[in-house]
Amino acid sequence: MQGARSILYLVLVAASVVAPFLFPEYGTQLATLWLMIIVALTWDMTGGQMGYNSLGNIFFYGTGMYVAAVVAIGLVYPVGAYTDAAGGGRFVFTSSQYFVGLALGALAAGLFCAVCAVIIGAITFGLRGPYFAIGTLGVAIAAGELVSNWEWVGGGQGIALPVYPGDLDDGKIFFYFLFCGLGLALFVFLKWLYGTRFGAALNAIRDDEEKAEGMGIHTLRYKLVAWAMAAFFVGIAGAFSAFQLIHFEPLETAYQTINLGIFMVVCVLLGGKGTLWGPVIGAIVFHVFKEVTWNYFLGWQWVALGALIVVIVVYFQEGIMGWLMRQKPEWFGVHVERTEMSSGRAATEAAE
Amino acid sequence: MTNNIIEVQDVTKTFGGVVANKDISISVEQGKITGLIGPNGSGKTTLFNSIVGYHPIDSGSIMFQGHEISDFRVQQIARLGLLRTFQQTRIYGKMNCVDNMLISIPHRRMGFMDMFGHDTAEELEKAELLLNFVGLYEKRFLNGGDLSFGQQKLLEFAMALMNEPTVLLLDEPTAGINPTLINGLIDRLNHANSEFGITLLIIEHNMRVIMNMANTIYCLAHGELLAQGTPGEIQKDQLVIDAYLGAH
Repeated sequence: MQGARSILYLVLVAASVVAPFLFPEYGTQLATLWLMIIVALTWDMTGGQMGYNSLGNIFFYGTGMYVAAVVAIGLVYPVGAYTDAAGGGRFVFTSSQYFVGLALGALAAGLFCAVCAVIIGAITFGLRGPYFAIGTLGVAIAAGELVSNWEWVGGGQGIALPVYPGDLDDGKIFFYFLFCGLGLALFVFLKWLYGTRFGAALNAIRDDEEKAEGMGIHTLRYKLVAWAMAAFFVGIAGAFSAFQLIHFEPLETAYQTINLGIFMVVCVLLGGKGTLWGPVIGAIVFHVFKEVTWNYFLGWQWVALGALIVVIVVYFQEGIMGWLMRQKPEWFGVHVERTEMSSGRAATEAAE
Repeated sequence: MTNNIIEVQDVTKTFGGVVANKDISISVEQGKITGLIGPNGSGKTTLFNSIVGYHPIDSGSIMFQGHEISDFRVQQIARLGLLRTFQQTRIYGKMNCVDNMLISIPHRRMGFMDMFGHDTAEELEKAELLLNFVGLYEKRFLNGGDLSFGQQKLLEFAMALMNEPTVLLLDEPTAGINPTLINGLIDRLNHANSEFGITLLIIEHNMRVIMNMANTIYCLAHGELLAQGTPGEIQKDQLVIDAYLGAH
């Protein structure tokens, strides 16, 4: 069993590595798929494992973009002068300046977003259920509006970053491997994390937070650390996106609440909340669905997406993994004892 | 009289215009079993909630091991070793019994890096021992939410023991439990008290249970302390009898 599992993992990693070479025309698409997997997995850390449905995780994506851009530019030129010229030709980046800016920018983006998560979390984690969802959505929308009026970072025009120094096709593969590497690192990290006491504490908070408090668990500490870790990865993903897209602006690209901000939730719901593989599978299925509708039903793509969300929420809340777990609990090591259970219930009811 | 581990002094708690607790004073003696009885709505659970820091009190003082705890939050008090179970049984429904137990280890010495630790073999052994103690060993891999109500109560009790509390506050431990299982539960509560040395404060409606177990009993009615004494004294107290059966 263990051996079969290792082989499966090896095959998947190998497929991830050769995919951009097998389908070079889909290089950017595949990179976006990894982005979806990353934001879905990180959304599930709080939404699925911990029971806090954030609609504001896109804040970390957008903030990551801006922090990375400001750091990368600021290392070489004054940021204000650069954004004034809207990326005009006077500003030249050497190859090493580009890669150093990308690396330091991504790291700074991750760390800055983690700190933001702790600060925002300290305020919003007092909210429960739908109030938390709306509160975090408000943070993301407000951030987008604020940034779009901040001229130093380009205001509503956004920022144009330097172009990948080298062949454009190589650039596509380069960005694919950035997202792929981040996604694999995230998956391995979460697989470890959910096996520690931390994962159990998150699940306890999800199942009954009042009970967890009553048992002395440091609930706020767990919630803040979990969200900060999610924000760290989303911030880095945002940084990669900023360099991949070259030009981005605040409302439609960076703080895109109604696009990626919702997609990440749909991916997790489709794949199954609170499972490790659910967000991955959900992201893949959703991405394919989205690309098919965007390509073949142009004009109706939002209708199709809305219909998909309605169907999931009304008829398929457990998601693909949830459905599988119910059908085949033994695959997941979940024990069910139906006959014993019902006789136990009957005895209790008789007693009442 | 310094042997009291909990000292509640003149505690008053109101919700809007409703006076749930008025000038209540009770004390819980270390190592003993103390009972708290009273008709429905007499303020027993409110007093419990005040002691464990669930809500702030209006006035009065609550001391635990000689320290004022009325300003503390729920988690802080739980980490001091003053733990409560819920009237509406609360367990982690989507986690199996063993995981329910393992996350209930005492969190009082949890440092930052301990959050990422793994459960030790001793903790697992203790979890299984306690599950066996409450008779749930056979069902240890079932999800908590799939257990019957009575089994969930037993699991909650085992989780409380896993937390190694100094004092355990039990809110109606026998409510909803099959009568044939109640005797077993009483034995286990007595065992926890005598063998594990856990001081118990128990809210209970089942008079047979509480009269047999408790060393001292306090009776509340309409938010006020009506009577206190040994089970024998309480049973003969005319005020208590009136409160339960309705005088006038």
